[in-house]
Amino acid sequence: MASSETQDGLVQARAAEGRRWVFRHPAVIRAAHWINVVCLTVLLASGLQIFNAHPALYWGEVSTFDTPLVSMTATETDPPRGVTTLLGRTFDTTGVLGLSKDSAGEPAERGFPGWSTLPTEQNLAGGRRWHFLFAWIFLLNGLVYLAYGVATGQLGRRLIPSRDQLRHFGTTLREHLAFRFPKGEEATRYNALQKLTYLIVVLGLLPAQILAGLALSPGFNAAAPWILDLFGGRRSARTIHFVIANLLVLFVFVHVAMVLVSGVWNNLRGMVTGWFSIETGAESPRAQTGGEA
Amino acid sequence: MTGGLNRRALLLGATAAVGAASLGGCDQLADTPWFSRALKAGDDANLFVQRLMLSKTTLAREYAEADISPWFKPNGTIDPVDAPYKALAANGFADFRLEVTGLVETPLRLSLDDLRGLPARTQITRHDCVEGWSCIGKWTGAPLSALLDRAGLKPEARYVVFRCADTMEEANDGSPVRYYESVDLVDAVHPQTILAYEMNGAPLSVQHGAPLRLRVERQLGYKMAKYVMVVEVVASLDGVGGGNGGYWEDNGYAWYAGI
Repeated sequence: MASSETQDGLVQARAAEGRRWVFRHPAVIRAAHWINVVCLTVLLASGLQIFNAHPALYWGEVSTFDTPLVSMTATETDPPRGVTTLLGRTFDTTGVLGLSKDSAGEPAERGFPGWSTLPTEQNLAGGRRWHFLFAWIFLLNGLVYLAYGVATGQLGRRLIPSRDQLRHFGTTLREHLAFRFPKGEEATRYNALQKLTYLIVVLGLLPAQILAGLALSPGFNAAAPWILDLFGGRRSARTIHFVIANLLVLFVFVHVAMVLVSGVWNNLRGMVTGWFSIETGAESPRAQTGGEA
Repeated sequence: MTGGLNRRALLLGATAAVGAASLGGCDQLADTPWFSRALKAGDDANLFVQRLMLSKTTLAREYAEADISPWFKPNGTIDPVDAPYKALAANGFADFRLEVTGLVETPLRLSLDDLRGLPARTQITRHDCVEGWSCIGKWTGAPLSALLDRAGLKPEARYVVFRCADTMEEANDGSPVRYYESVDLVDAVHPQTILAYEMNGAPLSVQHGAPLRLRVERQLGYKMAKYVMVVEVVASLDGVGGGNGGYWEDNGYAWYAGI
């Protein structure tokens, strides 16, 4: 099998009719991706369990119990209602937030419903165990990914947009929003929008999420008091941890949606085997625009 | 493209089903002995790494008077039902004697006045409940290290167990299970580890653990036993309650509560 290097250093091989194969994802990155899928799923579900032990968020060092930023409670009425308050505004969230059915089908006061938490039943001790074990796996996985990415240059190649990509950012954005995906040579690399999104997630949100989690540890607070100042207090850190978790969920939704609309089997094959198939011959609209510059 | 959409719908459905089933499956997995042990590996890692990061004298942050929470949430037991405790409380704890016992050279029996006579430490610290809330309070008490120095530790001493006055539940034989907690010697002799008899400048109230409450400022609230009656030095936690070192630990919580 003859192979050659493309502009992004990707190995290409095995030409097929109208398409060609590129080796898109090295094994370490594929493994890191799927380990991340498991970790983030467990961390989210166990995190919601931990949140449910005191379903309220505050700002600063201490809890201002009467004035939470967010809270989820059940009313004393008959029948009870689930009520979520957000920045002083109240919403009826019966059935999902504040009040939901337990495993026996009875209404129970819970922040997030049992189907979204790990363990399913209210179990703070169990949720913490899951959360910490998978936080360690997530951290080690991330460190391996970063070390590999830096050592091989993959990180920069994947996450840093090139100058020409940035120049055509507007065009890329329009095409991406219209679900018109690049073909040919341009499809061998992520576009500027993808790179910037992954950059924000990989080097922004995920490290910030780890730090915000560590800021919740009284032991870590003693070892590194600066972390409390970084987040504006321990209660702020829990709020930020919660907000970033929501942003990560939003990212995953968009990411999975884009995977689905841009060729789910090709994308999945790429992240499982490493091999990604691209259309040859046709120039992508972005490349044409690029040709004018 | 209908084929693609169907495949998409199928994949979405399958993913959702696998997701829901796998979260349910996680509950069953957690019940298996090997995975239950694996889950505890995270706790072990927390203790190992935090001990590397923290010196024996690294202090938890202390705050200013102005930071003290106007209302400090009482939690856990707030009014022990136990008759012996009620009798002590009725008498303003004049008959209270703290026992220091176990692997010590000289067992002690100390009244509140004896404890007040020891050099006191006052600290304004943040109390972090495992549930996810925090309050700041001012605590005054006798450093645990001073008591242990006076009693003298035997060479095989490894842990300090706190036996409390408040009943949490009834054992199968009907006897009361009273709160118990433990720390190792690193935390026992830490400068901020005190047996507090005052909170916010006033004698400790019943709801906050009168007459004595442990403060272990680099850990979570459940380590900070209220209504402490006995300080027992031991070589191992095996014989303490269910063997995990504390009431909540025997109910699944981590013994090391630094996170």
